Amino acid sequence: MNVKKTGSNEPKEWVAEMRLIREARDKSAFAALFQHFAPRIKSFLIRSGSDPVMAEECAQEVMVTVWHKAHQFDASRASVATWVFTIARNRRIDLLRKERRPEPEELPWGPEAEPEQADILVLQQETAHLRTALKALPDAQRELIEKAYFGDLSHREIAEQTGLPLGTIKSRIRLALDRLRHAMK
Amino acid sequence: MTETIKHHLTDALLMGYSAGALPEAMNLMVATHLSLCDTCRAQMESFDILGGCLLEDNTDAVAMDAGALDATLAMLEDGEDVPARQIRASEGVFPGPLQDYVGGDLDSVRWKPIGMGVRQAILPTSGTASARLLYIPAGAAVPDHGHQGIELTMVLQGAFSDEVDRFARGDVEVADEDLEHTPVADISEDCICLAVTDAPLRFKSWIPRLAQPFLRI
Ligand SMILES: [Zn+2]
Repeated sequence: MNVKKTGSNEPKEWVAEMRLIREARDKSAFAALFQHFAPRIKSFLIRSGSDPVMAEECAQEVMVTVWHKAHQFDASRASVATWVFTIARNRRIDLLRKERRPEPEELPWGPEAEPEQADILVLQQETAHLRTALKALPDAQRELIEKAYFGDLSHREIAEQTGLPLGTIKSRIRLALDRLRHAMK
Repeated sequence: MTETIKHHLTDALLMGYSAGALPEAMNLMVATHLSLCDTCRAQMESFDILGGCLLEDNTDAVAMDAGALDATLAMLEDGEDVPARQIRASEGVFPGPLQDYVGGDLDSVRWKPIGMGVRQAILPTSGTASARLLYIPAGAAVPDHGHQGIELTMVLQGAFSDEVDRFARGDVEVADEDLEHTPVADISEDCICLAVTDAPLRFKSWIPRLAQPFLRI
């Protein structure tokens, strides 16, 4: 089982809750996830240009999607926060731009590709490093990245971002992808 | 499959895709390339993790309405679980996301000639960028052109060469305003590309320029 981190400096990872939601359809685990993420999603949508009423409604819908898609979550490729972010982002594109968002072909995901606990922990560590690095960025650069993710920059204004330790995370994800490709054969 | 790709998407494009900042046609280009390239897929998912960090550390979370949790719990009963991820690895020339826009593989494309044997098919996307398929007969050249915006060209079949390099299946050429190039298809096979631009093309020779308004390019 996932080790719950309760120390004050360690971020909670929510992987155990995701497993309870996926395998036991556990509503109290869902409620805990909701209390943490729904206000963040609502804020994300408001900062992206949605009005508060719509943002409230959408945050609820995003959490419903989390429930129904729980078995698509792969803890060796993404943190729970990341996975929730991608669902909220897709909903935002849907809602504010009324556009389709083409997605890459799916890689297989199933019991035969169940990730190793060690892989999950390494990804969590790398994600924590990235968070620290993000907080340590000069204000101007961090604000630029926030603007990009909250929908305030056009694609032309997004410059190549350097100084963030994406390389190590990328190589972990690459390993997870290789494992999935292997499982496809 | 992916090891042979030499020319990748830029970090700016991958971050833009992850942030949801790209116009639809560019999203189509990125999704099509990611279907063939695990190197870029891993980089894009790294940018997703960056997005997750921003969501997590968002300091001004906005309180949900009273009763929001109960309302959401009630909604859980209505919807249906989404089935486990389906493998969509396509067998054809076009990766899955592109097939969604074409409505099938290569044999479903309705080509229109644009001169010198080159054919194109414009794909329906909304927003400021446009996407089209290009069919360049073996050994033929695309009319010499510069462009006002960014032009992304990804090879799906065959290969082409221009002033910059040679590009084969999966390779993406990212050309900005400064590049005036003349892609020439390899002699061995007809070349098929997905091309996306965020501004109209301007051809240098007079016939294509005259035709431009009619061709929607
Ligand atoms: Zn690539």
